[in-house]
Amino acid sequence: MTADSTPALVQPADGPDGDPASAGPSSAARGPRARNTKAYVQYAAAKIAGAVVSLFAVLVTSFFLFRLIPSDPVKQMTGGKRVSAEQLENLRHQFGLDQPMWKQFTSYIGDALTGDFGTSYQFHTPVIDKIADALPATLLLTGTAYVLYSALGIWLGTRTAWRNGSRSDRFNTAFALTLYSVPSFWLGLLLIIVFSVGIGPIPGMFPTGGLESGGETGFAYVIDVAHHLVLPVITLVAVGYAQTLLVMRSSLLDEMGSDYLTTARAKGLRDDVVRRKHAVPNAMLPTFTLMFVNLGHVVAGQILVETVFSWPGLGGLFYSALSVPDLPLVQGLFFVFATAVILANTLADILYPLLDPRVGR
Amino acid sequence: MNNEAQQDRHHRTARPARRGARILLAAGAAAFTLTAGLATPLNPAPQQAEAKADGKKTLTVAVAQSVDSLSPFLAQRLLSTSILRLTNEFLTNYDPKDNHVVPGFATEWKSSPDKLTWTYTIRSDSKWTDGQKATAKDAAFTFNKMMTDEGAATANGSFVGNFKKVTAPSDTQLVIELKKPQATMTALDVPIVPEHIWKDVKDYSKFNNDEKFPIVGNGPFELTAYKTDQYVKLRANKDFWRKSEKPQFDEIVFKTYKDQDAAVAALRKGEVSFVAGSPALTPAQAASLKGEKNIKVNEGPGRRFYAIAVNPGWKTKDGKKFGDGNKALLDKRVRQALFRSVDTKAIVDKVFQGHAVQGEGYIPPRFSEYFWKPTDSQKLSYDTAAAGKLLDEAGYPLKDGKRVGKDGKPLDLRMLCHATDPNDKAVGKYLKEWWGKIGVGLKLNCVDDVSVPWYAGEYDLAFDGWSVNPDPDFVLGIHTCAALPIKARETAATDNGICDKTYDDLYNKQLAEYDPAKRADYVKQMESWLYDSGYMNVMAYPNAVEAYRTDQIKSIQTMPTAAGNIYGQDGYWSWWSAEPATASDSSDSGSSSSTGVVIGIVIAALVVIGGGVFVMRRRRTTADDRE
Repeated sequence: MTADSTPALVQPADGPDGDPASAGPSSAARGPRARNTKAYVQYAAAKIAGAVVSLFAVLVTSFFLFRLIPSDPVKQMTGGKRVSAEQLENLRHQFGLDQPMWKQFTSYIGDALTGDFGTSYQFHTPVIDKIADALPATLLLTGTAYVLYSALGIWLGTRTAWRNGSRSDRFNTAFALTLYSVPSFWLGLLLIIVFSVGIGPIPGMFPTGGLESGGETGFAYVIDVAHHLVLPVITLVAVGYAQTLLVMRSSLLDEMGSDYLTTARAKGLRDDVVRRKHAVPNAMLPTFTLMFVNLGHVVAGQILVETVFSWPGLGGLFYSALSVPDLPLVQGLFFVFATAVILANTLADILYPLLDPRVGR
Repeated sequence: MNNEAQQDRHHRTARPARRGARILLAAGAAAFTLTAGLATPLNPAPQQAEAKADGKKTLTVAVAQSVDSLSPFLAQRLLSTSILRLTNEFLTNYDPKDNHVVPGFATEWKSSPDKLTWTYTIRSDSKWTDGQKATAKDAAFTFNKMMTDEGAATANGSFVGNFKKVTAPSDTQLVIELKKPQATMTALDVPIVPEHIWKDVKDYSKFNNDEKFPIVGNGPFELTAYKTDQYVKLRANKDFWRKSEKPQFDEIVFKTYKDQDAAVAALRKGEVSFVAGSPALTPAQAASLKGEKNIKVNEGPGRRFYAIAVNPGWKTKDGKKFGDGNKALLDKRVRQALFRSVDTKAIVDKVFQGHAVQGEGYIPPRFSEYFWKPTDSQKLSYDTAAAGKLLDEAGYPLKDGKRVGKDGKPLDLRMLCHATDPNDKAVGKYLKEWWGKIGVGLKLNCVDDVSVPWYAGEYDLAFDGWSVNPDPDFVLGIHTCAALPIKARETAATDNGICDKTYDDLYNKQLAEYDPAKRADYVKQMESWLYDSGYMNVMAYPNAVEAYRTDQIKSIQTMPTAAGNIYGQDGYWSWWSAEPATASDSSDSGSSSSTGVVIGIVIAALVVIGGGVFVMRRRRTTADDRE
């Protein structure tokens, strides 16, 4: 990489060649730029088409995947209850499980294409409603944690790489790796015992679980939810930031030997500016990919952390759906999770050329 | 270069402002966390049950399950049905002392001489919470709906399977005509719903009754709020017909804790008043709570039996055989030999760590009316020598430490176990050892969902267990020929594929017998038959182990009254009877909470100051580095 390429990375979206929205007749007249725009549109269209194909594959897979689980939803649901043979037959009929497999499949695909994932076996509620119910809680928890651990990871990753080999680098990297290897549910439980119940001189400051105390409204409700959010977010951030830190650290280390940094220093720029304006933007690219991959996982929630903190999100819902198995619900959730990952990846693919002109041309 | 230098200068001038913003942000975050931390009282235990700001006395119950539905026609889970027991009356109830049937929505009942018509007198002092009178017509509507609408039969359809006609000739009279006699007519555990509300429901299979609050009912509590996987709130129904001082708690909250260790932590903190565990507290959780200040661990007899089921050779209703159970198990002597080498005392002591009772008859001792135990001569007590002798007699002599059949093959068995149940795995290890001693090999097959191999009859032995109701009809019915599947490998009502004429005759006799003593006698004969058969070998009755805060709940009704349990009772007794504790019931002094606040503030202040000093020191060092 040369010093010349750096500004292009820092300010890529400013030029019409990077912004498909600005590709109009006037820019078409400008020759090479128009060709670039056309190439980009083709590139983006191919990525989107690929995503659509993937989504359809997911739709088909999710139907068969969960039917491979050797299980009988009707019996699992009514297990231990007083049920007659007629009731079991009725349930089977209600769920459409008495239909031949190909018929179940075609009606599933047909309905799914219109956005209807059926009715949950155990909750007797449309799957879409059930997912819409739990989605905000998950987004709030994992979204908050995502922003925090990404920011923390980038910040610490930059610092540790810049001071490579120093005591703070060794400490921060080791500390992050230690937390990374801690099981999240265990850390969560530990935080509950220490900061919720209180131990020794440490008083119990946070609630033991849930999203709200119930009954609060307005600003008090916001404070109440924030109060409940603290420990699960700390757990997720503690376990999650190491990944970003390591990627950021290693890619910055790669950049640190580059000539363009020497040039920048030779120009008399301050170390701080060399890092912020020259090294970090280039080192951000791999981190940027990782962040998009993680963004896709934000929707999937965190089964273990949601369970320990009794957070009413999608992770917990998936677990309870899987244990029946509540086929419409697991199918719907699987599709939503996969869609989120595919969309995030597609978005990364589409945005990447705007950040790094070498891609997609 | 020039441009860069300008940028640099720009940064230099911008830095103080940016640093200021950062510090402000950090301070804001710290302050927010601190405020959030201090937003709840640091030691809220005694305050919770006491009058809150609005003067309400609240009892919070930590529950592990999710609500599946709040519609009485759909709800099947223990949590949902327990909640509906509090909000809607059933025709009858069970006495907390000994489970005998007592009046509920019906004050009295009688059957016709031909045993086919039951007439219930409905109480005239029961009102729905919207002010309308609750009458026999509501009961008739409820049962008729279940008989005519498939969706409405989802949860409780089995109760009306034998009903011919249900009518309400007057507001206080309900008449149920049967197809054939049915002794369980005083145990119709069906929540009665208000006709004027439910008649407008379009699709009973999808209506969850969870959108409009409060939900109209006529039980001791009224459901006021529900949030999926978070909480269900109920308030005391002051117009409940049972005129007394109760319920004394103004509000009952069922709060979801998906992790039971977190629920125990919440109890310790005082955020919840009661924890039931899932299905009971583990021995470790119970041990950690014992001796804790203001916490009482309550242990009562459970309603479950825990047994070894033996494959009897599965067949369909019309006699077609299927499955692959070991043929050796068709010999009663082999089945009995296996059970004679099971040390049930060791299972109670080692696996359940004392939180269970040694198994005897099929129905747990909690249900004293139907509890049966083998006579001394009948008892298959733990005796490996006797077990060996039985196997010798059955034609399985011991050769090189292995029991070998006539075909020369060693007697090796497979056992189906629930991968999610740690008890199954622990007991399985003991069985392996004990049966190994008498020369029988055992292979455990632990799976998440046992129902697939189970209903295919593809097992030799299996861990089995059922919760028993005050009326034992259901747990007895699952071993009748009528419960067998119509088609091979299809899910059916049967538990273990048992089909025997003697047992079926006894079952039909008990179902048609309206005299309680005589009926109990038939039931005990059935238990005796099951015991001798060696098909259902009850190893233990696990106890209900639960805990509550004595500084929040002063007293609460257990069921049975003497040493019984609290959560999941047959009736609304526990929450209805619960008496709030007063400040004097707490062994904590008020000062500790303020001490806690002070300590908390000091620690938080130290953290903030320490953090500030650390950041400043770092800034200085980095500034030095730069220069």
